[in-house]
Amino acid sequence: MQISFTLNGRPTTMDVDPATLVAELLRERLNLTGTHIGCDTSQCGACVVHLDGLPVKSCTLLAPALDGATLVTIEGLQGAPGSNRLHPMQEAFRENHGLQCGFCTPGMVMTAVALARDKPGLTEAEVRHGLEGNICRCTGYQNIVLSVMAGADAMHAAKGE
Amino acid sequence: MGNVIGIGAAPKRKEDQRFLTGRGNYVSDIKRPGMTAGVFVRSPHGHAVIRGIDKTAALAAPGVIAVLSGEDVAADGLGSLPCGWGISDAQGVPMKEPPFPMLAQGKARFVGDMVAFVVAETAEQANSAAELLNVDYEVLPSVVGVLEAVRPGAPQLFDDVPNNICCDWELGDKAAVETAFRKAAHVARLSLVNNRLIGNPMEPRAAIAEYEPGTDRHTLWSTSQFPHVVRFLMGALVLNIPQHKLRVVAPDVGGGFGVKQFHYGEEAVITWAARRVMRPVKWVASRSEGYVSDRHGRDHVTEAELALDEHGKFLAFRVKTLANMGGYLSTFGPNIPTNLYGPLLGGVYTTPAIYCNVKVVFTNTVPVDAYRGAGRPEATFVLERIVDVAATEMGIDRVELRRRNMIPKEAYPYQTPVLVQYDSGDPIGCLDGALVAADVKNFGVRKAASARKGKFRGLGYSTYVEACGLAPSRFAGRLGARGGLYESATVRVHPTGQVTVMIGTHNHGQGHETTFAQIVSDKLGVAFENIDIVFGDTDRVQFGMGTYGSRSLVVGGAALSKATDKVIVKGKKIAAHLLEASEMDIQFEAGKFSVAGTDRTKTFEEIAGAAYVPHDYPLEVLEPGLEEQAYYDPVNFTYPGGCHIAEVEVDPETGTVTLVNYTAVDDVGTVINPMIVEGQLHGGIVQGVGQALYENAVYDEGSGQLLSGSLMDYCMPRADHLPMMTVATHSTLCTHTPMGVKGCGEVGTIGSPAAVINAVVDALSHLGVTHVDMPATPNRIWRLLQNASLPVAAE
Repeated sequence: MQISFTLNGRPTTMDVDPATLVAELLRERLNLTGTHIGCDTSQCGACVVHLDGLPVKSCTLLAPALDGATLVTIEGLQGAPGSNRLHPMQEAFRENHGLQCGFCTPGMVMTAVALARDKPGLTEAEVRHGLEGNICRCTGYQNIVLSVMAGADAMHAAKGE
Repeated sequence: MGNVIGIGAAPKRKEDQRFLTGRGNYVSDIKRPGMTAGVFVRSPHGHAVIRGIDKTAALAAPGVIAVLSGEDVAADGLGSLPCGWGISDAQGVPMKEPPFPMLAQGKARFVGDMVAFVVAETAEQANSAAELLNVDYEVLPSVVGVLEAVRPGAPQLFDDVPNNICCDWELGDKAAVETAFRKAAHVARLSLVNNRLIGNPMEPRAAIAEYEPGTDRHTLWSTSQFPHVVRFLMGALVLNIPQHKLRVVAPDVGGGFGVKQFHYGEEAVITWAARRVMRPVKWVASRSEGYVSDRHGRDHVTEAELALDEHGKFLAFRVKTLANMGGYLSTFGPNIPTNLYGPLLGGVYTTPAIYCNVKVVFTNTVPVDAYRGAGRPEATFVLERIVDVAATEMGIDRVELRRRNMIPKEAYPYQTPVLVQYDSGDPIGCLDGALVAADVKNFGVRKAASARKGKFRGLGYSTYVEACGLAPSRFAGRLGARGGLYESATVRVHPTGQVTVMIGTHNHGQGHETTFAQIVSDKLGVAFENIDIVFGDTDRVQFGMGTYGSRSLVVGGAALSKATDKVIVKGKKIAAHLLEASEMDIQFEAGKFSVAGTDRTKTFEEIAGAAYVPHDYPLEVLEPGLEEQAYYDPVNFTYPGGCHIAEVEVDPETGTVTLVNYTAVDDVGTVINPMIVEGQLHGGIVQGVGQALYENAVYDEGSGQLLSGSLMDYCMPRADHLPMMTVATHSTLCTHTPMGVKGCGEVGTIGSPAAVINAVVDALSHLGVTHVDMPATPNRIWRLLQNASLPVAAE
């Protein structure tokens, strides 16, 4: 079937097998390999993307669900295309050493951006609860939690400017 | 021109930009022209004779290119997967070492044992064809637990391994220990289980192989912690590929923790298959497939006895352990519960006599090998648990008993009775630091507050020492290592003065690209941004043993330091010529070569330029170019140590244990980048907390089925399980590594399980609880509380 959607700001139309998972479509067809697959039970959260602004696990989403929707992946979160400018949440992860091996990082950042977007002044408990669907094996979460809190503050400070 | 960023600074990591923007290069991200997909057919039975494999239907399925099985491996005359360590029993009899075929030959010995490999145009086609493969199994009874495996009448995995015992290993002076026990005023006894774990790096294992007939070269991309070792083991010992015809690339790897430091059969099968089908072949494991094929960790059953005099001084320590090896010997398998366990049973204490007996046992489970800490968390857990048991039984405060037995700082270097000699340390300093940092003096107030909420609060201590920086080759060779354990580094100074380092360790989260650049920046005065670190490719890096055993900074960093020193030595020769001075008078400081006592200087860039444009250059005595290489073999292990304090709250209504505070004070020697060290400690601690409270790999006895076969069944620590931890360092410098570093990758995982369980036992001690096995799940604690048949309310 043919689907049309907005991918990281660009209108995209393609033919897909309706049984294709979005994670697979991104990685195998669109070469957007920043979306990672870390499990087969929708537990790890390495594949989180934004579908119409909401964080979703792309390993459990079928391609037809994209039709007419807006999809943002980790590659689309950056600043201006081709630049090295980072989103405030990405910058906060770098500043707070919120990543080690980098495998869970795209999912963590996408979840964190969605978590922080609508809620200024996130508490530590809210951040920890909000990250319940994302597993990291390297960091012990401490610096991820600090990153998300700092990133949330930076996002809202930027909005206020 | 950027800045010099040296040792002790905390620059943000060089590697972060690509990971944060989704531009990492993991094996599963790689695509090759004409690539095919491979799928492994794995045994669904724990123990079965393979009577035959009918490939007809699978071969006829759409898109199928090849179906390979054990018969094809045998027909091609390929080797079996080698074990890197050969241990022996007390009489010097070598361990039983049955072959570990890359595809099962005649028998499958665990659920997940590889039986066949299907190559097809797409992964879907390979999966569909795999389901059509007709394997005729004769199912045999499985044995999965070590106690069951050594019982008379137990299912036997191998015809020539009686009672499934691979090796009956021992260490220490048995007679001296027996004498000491006869004189003891008190003997503490403890039986415990060290639970089986699955390492769970977030990136599942994956591999791609390709063969180029024009050059007769094979390339393997693999999620490996040690590509050069894979090249050697697989090329020389399994597939008979000459080393110069085999390239192994381990690009960005999404976590390892030991799981990716072995040579896996999948790597050999894929490389062999790519040559047979003359197309690139890719395999990516699912998480569930990883659960039945990634090497597992721990899995000990232990009985320990500690003899004390009337003042609580430790007289002797005796430990008997049954250690699970799984169905075959993995790369480091037999080394872990022996050489990395027994020699650490002294801990930070002056125990004069120690004896350790380990029966290494085969079972119908995934092979067991190193997982973060590897042997040392098990040793620490036994020792630190029994110290608490002894303290309770003798009525001595737990901290006081530890303090009475600790090795004083001035007693280093300290020779233990179990082979190793600690070069440096300050256990009492770490303990004192941790007591303050954890605010132990106000624990009573916090306990009372918990009690008012109906919760039981407990405090647990653990001290530890580990042997890391693996490893002094000569020493390791005496213990049974079949290879060397040195490291190498090349420092390539470009004509413009920028630097590329080629190093044989592997970065999969540890921040090497940053830490190693700091070392070079510090020593050469080159801007941090002008230094790149290359690793993970046998065509680009000269040689190396990879990353495990907290060795990268200790051994690799030392090689890098040596190579950098050689660059300075050569630079001085070039500068002496250009400045028309004696080499002896040239000083190098802050990136400048100068003649002592004068203002005549040459910058590092000028020297690099002269080395590559040698018009004015001592060509008669010196080669052009500025590139130096060093190999470094350590003279001893390093011995990080420390004190961890855990504080938990137990809800008696549900049995839920909540970790509420965690404090670690660790001696890791010189700290190059404190931000990265803290990150390593956080991650390590939480992996140990996972073992103590959540994680457990469970097999069904009889069928050999893995019951905890996915992330739905195996509980990983999550963000909302944890408090903010307090970590600090209290460092003494290693006396034998060039920079005084000791390593920090494993310390957290070594110290934390005992600290957490000691806290849980402390919380429940008023109910007469003296031991809790890991993981301390709500179910286990709730049952314990019911059996204690005491009122559930705290007050």
